[in-house]
Amino acid sequence: MIGVALKGLLGRKLRATLTAFAIVLGVAMISGAFVLTDTLGKSFDGIFDESYKATDAVISSKVAIETADGETEAPAFSTAVLGDVENLPGVRVAQGTIEDEASLVDKDGETIGRTGQGVAMGVEPTDDQSLNPFQLVSGEWPSGDGQIAIDSATAAKEHFEIGQSVGAYGDGPLETYEITGIVRFGSEGSLGGVTVSVFDLAIAQRLFDKEGKFDLISVGAEEGVTEAELVSQIDPLLSETMQVKTAEAQASDDSADTQDGLSIIKYFLLGFGGIALFVGSFVIANTLAITVAQRMRELATLRTLGASRRQVLGSVILESLAVGLVGSLIGLFLGLAIAVGLIALLEAVGIDLPSSELVFSTRTIVVSLGVGTLIALLASLRPAVRATRVEPIAAVREGAVMPASRFARYALPVSATVGVIAIALFSYGVFASGVDVLVRVVVLVAGVLFMFVAVAMIATRVVRPLAYVLGAPGARFGGTAGSLARQNAVRNPARTASTAAAVMIGLALITFVAVIGQGFKTSFTGAVDELFVADYSVSAGNNGELLTNEAAQAAAKAPGVEAVSEMRSGEAKVDGKTVLVTGVDSNLTKVIDITWSSGSDSVPPQLGRDGAFLVKRYADDHSLTVGSPLTVKTPAGKQLQLHVDGVVDPPKGGSPFGEISVSTTTFDGAFANHDNDLTLLNMEGGPSAENTAALEESLTAFPAAVVETREEFKDTRTGEITQSLQILYALLGLSVIVSLFGVINTLVLSVFERTRELGMLRAIGMTRRQVRRMIRHESVVTALIGAALGIAVGMFLAVLTTAALSQYGIVFAVPYGTLVVFVGVAILAGMLAAILPARRASRLNVLEALQYE
Amino acid sequence: MTEVVVQDQQRAPVESVPVVSGASITRRYGEGETAVDALRGVSVEMMSGKLTAVMGPSGSGKSTLMHIFAGLDKPTAGDVWISGTAIGELNDTQLTKLRREHIGFIFQFFNLLPMLTAKENIVLPLSIAGEKADPAWLDELTASVGLQDRLTHRPSELSGGQQQRVAIARALVSKPTVMFADEPTGNLDSKTSSEILELLRNSVDNYGQTTVMVTHDAHAAAIADRILFLADGMIVTDLGPSTSHEILEALEGVTVR
Repeated sequence: MIGVALKGLLGRKLRATLTAFAIVLGVAMISGAFVLTDTLGKSFDGIFDESYKATDAVISSKVAIETADGETEAPAFSTAVLGDVENLPGVRVAQGTIEDEASLVDKDGETIGRTGQGVAMGVEPTDDQSLNPFQLVSGEWPSGDGQIAIDSATAAKEHFEIGQSVGAYGDGPLETYEITGIVRFGSEGSLGGVTVSVFDLAIAQRLFDKEGKFDLISVGAEEGVTEAELVSQIDPLLSETMQVKTAEAQASDDSADTQDGLSIIKYFLLGFGGIALFVGSFVIANTLAITVAQRMRELATLRTLGASRRQVLGSVILESLAVGLVGSLIGLFLGLAIAVGLIALLEAVGIDLPSSELVFSTRTIVVSLGVGTLIALLASLRPAVRATRVEPIAAVREGAVMPASRFARYALPVSATVGVIAIALFSYGVFASGVDVLVRVVVLVAGVLFMFVAVAMIATRVVRPLAYVLGAPGARFGGTAGSLARQNAVRNPARTASTAAAVMIGLALITFVAVIGQGFKTSFTGAVDELFVADYSVSAGNNGELLTNEAAQAAAKAPGVEAVSEMRSGEAKVDGKTVLVTGVDSNLTKVIDITWSSGSDSVPPQLGRDGAFLVKRYADDHSLTVGSPLTVKTPAGKQLQLHVDGVVDPPKGGSPFGEISVSTTTFDGAFANHDNDLTLLNMEGGPSAENTAALEESLTAFPAAVVETREEFKDTRTGEITQSLQILYALLGLSVIVSLFGVINTLVLSVFERTRELGMLRAIGMTRRQVRRMIRHESVVTALIGAALGIAVGMFLAVLTTAALSQYGIVFAVPYGTLVVFVGVAILAGMLAAILPARRASRLNVLEALQYE
Repeated sequence: MTEVVVQDQQRAPVESVPVVSGASITRRYGEGETAVDALRGVSVEMMSGKLTAVMGPSGSGKSTLMHIFAGLDKPTAGDVWISGTAIGELNDTQLTKLRREHIGFIFQFFNLLPMLTAKENIVLPLSIAGEKADPAWLDELTASVGLQDRLTHRPSELSGGQQQRVAIARALVSKPTVMFADEPTGNLDSKTSSEILELLRNSVDNYGQTTVMVTHDAHAAAIADRILFLADGMIVTDLGPSTSHEILEALEGVTVR
């Protein structure tokens, strides 16, 4: 029997191949996600290990509190401790350094790479450099003002040589330095494509506002002193706010953030792989259901020859398992290839990985093959059970039909129940408050999956009317072929429904994302329109980076500037909960139109050292009113005792304020970061070409600064949303492609089934062209049914979600243009899916087809 | 094994005993006003080592009778025994096992599996049962149906007559208690038909293979040891060996009634 099942599969290679593709793409995504993130992870670990290769212990400041974004930098500490450390018996060498961010500028004056991605280091040139992760390749360590050493990769790429000058900027304005040395990171030479700027220690301390301080002291032990012994020697010398770790521990702490980031990417990609596999399971189940129906006589013959129901069940499941395993294997290696391609792409855009050794772990193989095969197994269960219902007598009866499923008559109540459960789960997921994030995600995912299953079940009943409407244009203008196509689409409503259901899933998710994205955009632009009364904004653009406050000061000197208001922010904790604290200045109300719940525009200028204003939602949630005391703990270890001076009610779609706003003076005293998120300006005469030019002129020393009017500000920020949407479309598009294989499969099988009929149509005068058109129209009608169902389901989910998110200002906004594009894509997809089946149908030999049994 | 028992029965052609029998079989399709009685109280025994032909006009119930005797369908009323087992009480698994051990099939449309070779199709009943074919028996069988040099071909590479030979070998391979042939020549030209009929007759004569054949064709029925005529769900005539001319006359009598 095993032989029969496998031979049967080989006898239907095309179908088996198309079905395997339902698995291949999803598994490729999974294996690709694993390989990519594992490889990147190992590569970054390599960087961090290399950083402390020669070092035995590392002294740094503690981050007083852990905040969610993990980006909060530890404050620098006094250089005083270095002397004590050097005097310890176990210490061979100790080197204090400054580690910060700086960007280099190429010969055209453009920032190399992205702003904020360059590494800056300050080292004492006379020090023993044995612990320094950077080694001099040529030249000398920079010494004193105006000198810099840069990395060999950047030097080579941008054609810099020793003795030439290069522009660099960190927290301050752009300055020109003379290159005195070329350095290399460890043995690799490159730090994942980032630029490296090494300054004299004293210069770096001044440049980054860290006079008299170090960010890090690297310590090397005497011969025979272990890392642990060294750490225990150093520890007693340190104050409360400082810490010492073994080099190994420091490296793994340093890499933790990167690894966390990578694991988010990994689960994100795995999620989309999962969606593609879910769609794939529909395709497999549908294909098997059709072939079981077509092979009814064969199955019945097997039964007359003594095959038991169990053997029939087994043969169908085995067939699917074989397809699943082969598909998973192909997917596994396709994923590997995709990962290799992506890594090559990263290198092509300049993100060189220090070690591009591919990590292809056992876990990747086991999970990829396991999940793919399991999905195929699950998808085969229902068709396999139906196959056992084929009575042996069907072997001798002409035109026997598949017995109705035992559950067929319960289909409506069952699908209605599943639908209700789905809506209940989804609503709970979006509306319930105080639920653990993991529980919420699980409930939401379950709700969406149930929703798809329910709609797929109900779809059988709506296929007829939908096909009638969606097939109307084809029937109207496609002649006989068009109207036959429409009728063909509803000949077997269950088949068309489940084929369309696979298309539906991808489109529902894409529609959902599009509608939610539009909601974000609409509410954001609404908020900007309401708040933003400034003429200009100056920021580091839309990349989320900060812009040094010196840029704001420079912009303030531009001719015609009437008011400048800086805004910066940082995460802090109140009663152990993370809040965002904004630093604002007295000009705030001139550039932002604030709606006050309590207080007035006179509040911001009078905040002083301990005043704060809150956003209304936070104040309400914590029963805070004007006069309430508030204690805020910052990552720099400062504790702020504040009192509430006012409550603002900003539009929900895009508030520039964190939960708590304080004066910039208070902010700067409590946070290590003094750079701005945003600087808003008013200029005489409002936005104009002259004013823009004047502002840009004043900011030439700050290559990272971007000057924008209100409209430009809106465009770049919503452009960010559009960009994320496009990534999501691309990832979800994968599941649409999977569903296309389902459409192809169904059509190929239908053509096969209608061989005699196609022969007859050709015999009575239908041209090949007409045959092709007929198949193409049927395909388009099926795809359109999927699109119609998908758009409806996606909209429905979006309505629920926006209702739940309305407290955050997300509105329900339909991106009509985008939806029209989706429908167009569905039509195109239907046409593509029809190419192969249509060709097969049109090439049938008429005589043979007529005699086909 | 049962196999052995079957063999013993077949090797004792001297004494003909009933191997399949039915008592007052009624088969009703549908319910109420639209109900159709395909069989109306048929009692008959199929004797071992004999070739019995079942004839009758369309709708006479001959196919239904065969389906019931082969364990493919169950009577609405009445009892059926296959090789001494009453099938009325059997569940699907038991019935499957019974078919596997006692019944062989030959179909009008051959019903070969297209992806298997001729040989694989022939041994299919054995491989389904998880058994191995006795090579000597397989050689003898393929030689007797004249397929020695066609064994590696697939059905699509065989003529209709060759396909039906494969089907006959497949039915014989497990040495069933009774072999049913449903219009075995219905899809073949007259020359090929004669060859197939000769093969069927030979299997009865050489192996003592009990065979029940449903047919429209008087020439086919002429090779039978016994010919049953059905009309309106009842057996109306029961002839011994007859010429095709006699059969046609009998059939005419049945149809005119």
